[in-house]
Amino acid sequence: MRELKVQPIRNGTVIDHIAPGMALKVLHVLRIPQEGMTSTVTAAINVPSKEMGRKDIVKVEDRELDPHEVDKISLIAPRASINIIREYEVAEKHLVHLPDMVEGIVRCSNPNCITNQAEPVLSAFKVTSKDPPRLQCGYCDRLITDIAAQLR
Amino acid sequence: MAQQGLRGKSLVHIQDLSLPDIEHVLDVADKMVPAAEGKQRVTSAQGRLLATLFFEPSTRTRLSFEAAMARLGGQSLGFSEPKTSSAAKGETLADTVRVTSQYADVIVVRHPQEGAARLAQRFSRVPVINAGDGAGQHPTQTLLDLFTIRREKGPIGQQRVALVGDLKYGRTVHSLAQGLARFGTEMVLVAPPTLQMPRDQVEDLKHAGARVTLATRLEEVVGSADVLYVTRIQKERFPDLEEYRKVAGTYTVDAELLAQAKRSAIVLHPLPRVGEIDPEVDSTQHAKYFQQAFYGVPVRMAILSLILGLGE
Ligand SMILES: [Zn+2]
Repeated sequence: MRELKVQPIRNGTVIDHIAPGMALKVLHVLRIPQEGMTSTVTAAINVPSKEMGRKDIVKVEDRELDPHEVDKISLIAPRASINIIREYEVAEKHLVHLPDMVEGIVRCSNPNCITNQAEPVLSAFKVTSKDPPRLQCGYCDRLITDIAAQLR
Repeated sequence: MAQQGLRGKSLVHIQDLSLPDIEHVLDVADKMVPAAEGKQRVTSAQGRLLATLFFEPSTRTRLSFEAAMARLGGQSLGFSEPKTSSAAKGETLADTVRVTSQYADVIVVRHPQEGAARLAQRFSRVPVINAGDGAGQHPTQTLLDLFTIRREKGPIGQQRVALVGDLKYGRTVHSLAQGLARFGTEMVLVAPPTLQMPRDQVEDLKHAGARVTLATRLEEVVGSADVLYVTRIQKERFPDLEEYRKVAGTYTVDAELLAQAKRSAIVLHPLPRVGEIDPEVDSTQHAKYFQQAFYGVPVRMAILSLILGLGE
């Protein structure tokens, strides 16, 4: 099994089926590494995959990621699957789900947007399409197509 | 019913209004015309205050709002010199709005950045009217444009409207096109290829119910249009002055061009104009752009009246 190239983990979270090359962006969205974080994190890039040709995988040990947090990665990896691992077994498996609204995380691509000024607001976007993900700024209406480029 | 829809609400985006809301604004504006002309006295806004927060100067728009408030019997306060305002001292828009919305019953915001009115709405304790945020929305301009077409030409959905000039960057025209689409109006978008309306916006218009065709030459459409809505082509959009002069000259409306127009066709322009309409047009029956500027008052009276719940 090609999967074995990446060590199995005992407890934690495995994010599978990430589009090739997006693993580091996924970590960025998850705010990993965070100060004070001690979990071992493994990112595998360009792993051969039957369904996808190539894919990326992220493994976070000893930490079960909050599903809400994980949903944010659907912005850049709409087909990712999340596996919660307990004692080497997949205890839970679910697909990412892009919410209808996205706050923070993404910066509006319009440099003249009020959310890019020193105002006390988070950016806010309506999700106009889930796959591929497309966002529309809730302030200036700008459509964001290259979301990865706008990640904070 | 629709009045219920506007009372206490902000007007940031033309899409904030349903079609019945828009029609109701126009109906109320019809009734406001005599008062806007000074022929009738209205006192419904007595004791009410409008705050005009102009973070960039737009004298025409500000005066139009202040005239509207005064004609309703209310009063205005505000600033239009950002250099003397708190914004110049580094205060956030959010704080300026939080403070000034304590002083007034409704506020009008003009700001150089897109999305500013939406932000102001979030922090204001009173309704916010967007008087233009950057290249974004300017819904009261759209309403007065629609009002002008209805007043001067009749049912909006039955007109053939040619939108002429900078259709790529011009916010007035995007917002107007969205408004016209709601009525199912037939539109011809007349612009040089480099300034034509972006394709996704054209698709949105069609999706919203408009019949839209594109054209590059004014001469091709002038004979069939009921309304020629002319906008400014800005120098900054061109790499050199030569190119600008060439293009701008092609989209100038003059008496010679209008000789081919329908007798009843009207010419509109959001003003100020810079050569797009030859002054010789001013004295023709087609010229309605000064009338259009006047209609800004009754339309803003209607909007203020509905938002403040003043009744009619
Ligand atoms: Zn924006």
